[in-house]
Amino acid sequence: MASTDLDTSKAYSPWRQRMGMWDRKASPYLYIAPFFIVFAIFGLFPIIYTAVISLMDWDTIRNSGEYIGFANFDYVLNDRKFWVSLRNTFSIFLLSSIPQLIIATFIAAMLDHHLKARTFWRMGVLVPYVVMPVAVALIFSQLYADEYGLVNHWLGMVGIDPIAWHKEVIPSHVAIASMVNFRWIGYNALIMLAAMQAIPRELYEAAALDGASKARRFFSVTLPQIRPTFIFVIITSTIGGLQIFDEPRMFDTAGNGGADQQWLTITMYMYNTGWGELNFGRASAIAWLLFLIIIVFGLLNFWLTRRFVSSDQSGSK
Amino acid sequence: MSFTRRKKMLAATAGAAVAALTLAACSSDGGDTDSTDEATGGTDTSAEEVSLTLATFNTPGFSNSENDAEYQYDLIEEYMELNPNVTITYDRKAESGDARENFFTKLGPGGLADVEMVEVDWMPEVMQYSDLLTDLSSDAVDGRWVDYVEAGATDADGRLIGYGTDTGPQGVCYRADLFEAAGLPSTPDEVATLLDGDWANFFAVGDDYVEGSGGSAFYDSASGVWQGMTNQLDQAYEDPDTGELIVLDNDAVKANYDQLMAASETQSSHFGQWSEDWFAGLSNGAYATMLCPPWMLGVIEGNATDTTDWNLANVYPNGGGNWGGSWLTVPASGSNIEAATALAEWLTAPEQQAKAFANAGTYPSQVAAYDDEAVSGAVNAFFNDAPIGEIFADRAQAVVPSPYKGEYYFQVNDAINNALTRVEDGTDDPEASWDKAVADIEGIG
Repeated sequence: MASTDLDTSKAYSPWRQRMGMWDRKASPYLYIAPFFIVFAIFGLFPIIYTAVISLMDWDTIRNSGEYIGFANFDYVLNDRKFWVSLRNTFSIFLLSSIPQLIIATFIAAMLDHHLKARTFWRMGVLVPYVVMPVAVALIFSQLYADEYGLVNHWLGMVGIDPIAWHKEVIPSHVAIASMVNFRWIGYNALIMLAAMQAIPRELYEAAALDGASKARRFFSVTLPQIRPTFIFVIITSTIGGLQIFDEPRMFDTAGNGGADQQWLTITMYMYNTGWGELNFGRASAIAWLLFLIIIVFGLLNFWLTRRFVSSDQSGSK
Repeated sequence: MSFTRRKKMLAATAGAAVAALTLAACSSDGGDTDSTDEATGGTDTSAEEVSLTLATFNTPGFSNSENDAEYQYDLIEEYMELNPNVTITYDRKAESGDARENFFTKLGPGGLADVEMVEVDWMPEVMQYSDLLTDLSSDAVDGRWVDYVEAGATDADGRLIGYGTDTGPQGVCYRADLFEAAGLPSTPDEVATLLDGDWANFFAVGDDYVEGSGGSAFYDSASGVWQGMTNQLDQAYEDPDTGELIVLDNDAVKANYDQLMAASETQSSHFGQWSEDWFAGLSNGAYATMLCPPWMLGVIEGNATDTTDWNLANVYPNGGGNWGGSWLTVPASGSNIEAATALAEWLTAPEQQAKAFANAGTYPSQVAAYDDEAVSGAVNAFFNDAPIGEIFADRAQAVVPSPYKGEYYFQVNDAINNALTRVEDGTDDPEASWDKAVADIEGIG
C-alpha cells in the first residue's frame, strides 16, 4: 500500500524518495540498536567470555589460564554436589511456586470484590515485597531456629515434635520456600488482580443470569480469562526460582547450604565454587550448565504457552 | 574460620549469576602515576603532597568513622596531623567477606587501596599471590610481632608482606555457676589448673561435667574445638614443601577427628557456631565452656546480657591457640608504596595498637604492646573483672606458629567441618560422615 502511495506522488525527488525508503527500513533497527549494543557488551560478551573461562584452569587474579578442554564440565557433572543442588533447586522451586500461585490467585480474587478501603488492602499485600530479602531471611531464620525457634515452640504447644529445620532436607526446603512465598505472593496477587480487573463484567453478569454459582464463575470465567497473565507469572517465577540465592544463602550463618548440602541451590554452588574456592573455571562451567537448563525450561514454557494460547482461542469461539 | 563465614553470609546478597559473569569489567583507576614518590619518611614539613587510601573491615579501631560511638583516639586524624602532607581516605567494609571479594577482584587488574587489610582466614589464599604485594620487611619492624603473626605473613622466599594489627590468642571462657552446680572447681585459677593439660584432659573434665550436671553439654560446638585442635598440628592438610594434599594420609588429623567425635556425642551442645540456637545457648546455659579469643568476649557479652557468671580462665588445652587477626598489606601496584608502607608501619606500631585496643578491643599482636599499661591493665567487668590484659598476653606467648596453610586449606577445612556438623546434626554417623569428607577432599584441586 505504501508503494502505491509513493508511485502516485511523483513530485518527490528520487533522492528524497530514497531517503524516505531508507528511513522506513532502517530506523526501526536504529531505534532498537542501543538495547542490542548494551546487551552485546553486558550480556553477550560475558556469556562468551564465561564459555572461554569454563574451558580453562583459570586464575582470575593473574588473569590467565591453561586450556583444559571439558575437564571442568566433567568434574561438575560428576560432582555429587551439583546433582544435589539441582534437586534442591527444583524442590524449593516447586514448593514455593505452586502454593504461591494458588494463594496469589485466591488473594487476587478476594481483592477483586468490592472491599472497603480497597487501596489499603491492595497496597497491604505488597508490603512484604518491599522488605529487603536479607531482612526477611534474618527474621525467618529466628523463627526457624531448631531448638529455641518460635515455630518449633508453637508446634510444641499443639503437641507436635520439634522439626529439624536446618538438618533435614524437606523441612529446610519448606522453610526456605515460605520465605520466598512471603515475599512474592503479594506481588503476584497484584499482577493477577490487574488481569482480573480487565475481564469484562458482562461475562460475569451473563454467567450469573445463566445461574452459575460464585465458584463456577471463578473457575469458568475468571481463570480462563487470566490465562495469559498466569503464564507470564509462571515464566517469571520459573526464571526466578531456578536462580534462587538470597534466601537459602541466608538460611544459616555459614551460607554454604548445610553440612550435607541439604539446601544448597545451584546458584549457591556456583557462588561458593567461584568466590569461596576462587575456582572460576569450574564456576563458569556451572554458570553455563545453569544457562542451558534455563534455556530448556524456556523452550518448555514456550511450548506450553503455545498450547495454552491455542486452546484459549478455540475456547472463545 | 567460622568467623569469616558468618561475616561472609551477612554480606552475601549480591546476585551470584551476575558475580560470576562480570569479572571482566574491572579496571585500574590508579591514574596519578605522574606524582614523584618522595613521600614521608619521618620528615614532614617540606614533603610533597601525598594522598593515600586505606581499606579495612569490621572495626579495627583506627578511626571514629567506624562507629557511632566516639573512640578515645582517632589514629587517622593523628597521622594526618603528624604528617600534614598526607591525606588519608579511609574506606571501611562492613564485613571481612566483602573485603576478601574486593581484594581478589582487584589484586590482578589493579585498583586496590594503597594499604589493604587482610584477615587471617583468607591470608593463606593471599600468600599464593605474595609477589603482587610489597615486601615490607625492614630493620624498624624486626621482632615487632609475636612469632606466629610474623610467620603468617612471611612467604616461602622470606618476604614479609603484611604488618600484623590485632590477633586472637585463646583462653577458655566458662560459666562459673554451671561448673559449681556440676561439682567442679569454679574460680578462674582453679579452672586454669583443672584444664591445664592435653585435649584428653579437657575431654576428661568434660565427662565429669556431663556427669555432674546431669547430661548438659560441656562445650559449644565440635567445630570450635576442631579448629583449636588442628591449629596445634605441625602439619595438617597440606605438605609445607610441595603444597600437595596430605590430609587423607595424615593419621594425626583422623585421630583428632575420632577423639573429638567420641567426646562430642555427650559433651557438645550440637549447635552450629553462630546459629540462632548457639547464640541462645550463650545465655541459657546450654553449654558451659567455649574456646575464647579476645574478640569473643564482646560477642558473649552482647548476647548474654542477663548472665552474670561468664568468666575467663588463663589456660588453653595442649598449649596455645589463635583464632582471628589481621595484617596490613601494601599492594605492589600502588602508586605511593613508600608512603603507604610508612602509614602501615605507624599504624601497627605497639603504641598505636594499644590505642586501637582501647578504642575497639582489638587485641594487639605486638610484643611491646603487652607491656603497655592500657593493654596489660585491662579488665573486663562483664567477665567478673577478669584481668584480660594479663591473661591474653600469656595466651599470645603460648601460641606456636600454626600448621602450614596453603591453597586448599579452606576447602579441606570446610569439608571436615561439614563432616563434623553432619555428625552433630545426626545426619550421619562419624565414619559415614568422614567418608563423605574424603570424597569431597578427593575432588579438590
